[in-house]
Amino acid sequence: MRAPQSKASRQGTKTPRRPRGRLLSCRARSLVGKTALVSALVVTANVVGNYTLGVGLRQVGELVTLSPLPYVHAFANGWVTIGVVFMLLWLLTRLALLSWADLSYVLPVTSFAYVLTALLGRWLLGERVSWMRWGGIAAITLGVALVALTYPHSPETDEVVAA
Amino acid sequence: MIALLVALVVIPGAAGDLLNALGMRRHGEITDWSARGLVRLGWDLLRNPYIMGGIPAMAVSFFALMALMSVTDLSFAVPVTAASYIVETALARWLLKERVDWRRWAGTCLVALGVGLVSL
Repeated sequence: MRAPQSKASRQGTKTPRRPRGRLLSCRARSLVGKTALVSALVVTANVVGNYTLGVGLRQVGELVTLSPLPYVHAFANGWVTIGVVFMLLWLLTRLALLSWADLSYVLPVTSFAYVLTALLGRWLLGERVSWMRWGGIAAITLGVALVALTYPHSPETDEVVAA
Repeated sequence: MIALLVALVVIPGAAGDLLNALGMRRHGEITDWSARGLVRLGWDLLRNPYIMGGIPAMAVSFFALMALMSVTDLSFAVPVTAASYIVETALARWLLKERVDWRRWAGTCLVALGVGLVSL
């Protein structure tokens, strides 16, 4: 008898605030949309950053040194500069996403960048994609789709953070 | 030497992500995307001790990964990062009390497997 009572009381506190409940579901929907948009930005910044940084660093040559001069020299390369700007953008958009989305959501979902990097390598650079890499692309895509089905925000974390 | 580098990739990487996640959740959901709001956000982040600890930790992990890649095969270095997905998800579940249901676990494991395969 106790369990139904507590359930009823929970519903009881909800019923008088029905407009608020509707607002919450509206807010939840907007949170999902915002998460999709910012996740797409994180992935794009990562892919563009990796690609431009890769092109630039190949032009500059290897940087296996502790001396700062070769790094300063590398920055003079336009591709490297663009790459660093996009990596900075990646860091900031990822932090923004983490301000409401769970780490256990952000980590797998943003790994879609690996898929785009592999496909971009095939289309732009004509790299060969082995069957093993196609398998990896399929596994990541399926994994991202599964995680994307979950709601990105755990209210329990807010309690941990507030403590 | 290699074991030390693996530790330097995984431990600061996980610590950095957890600190950043904690710091950003403490800051609260970003809702103001105007230029003024973003400048304010930047200032807030500079004074946020979790973020100021998290970003250097991620940098240590990144440079350790570069060093690991230069002394081992990619086929060894990249699965290390793939495995860290699973470690970090477990830590997010335990320390941040995130809701990691079967879809997140299955998805994360598939992603980790896929990252390993893509990089081979």
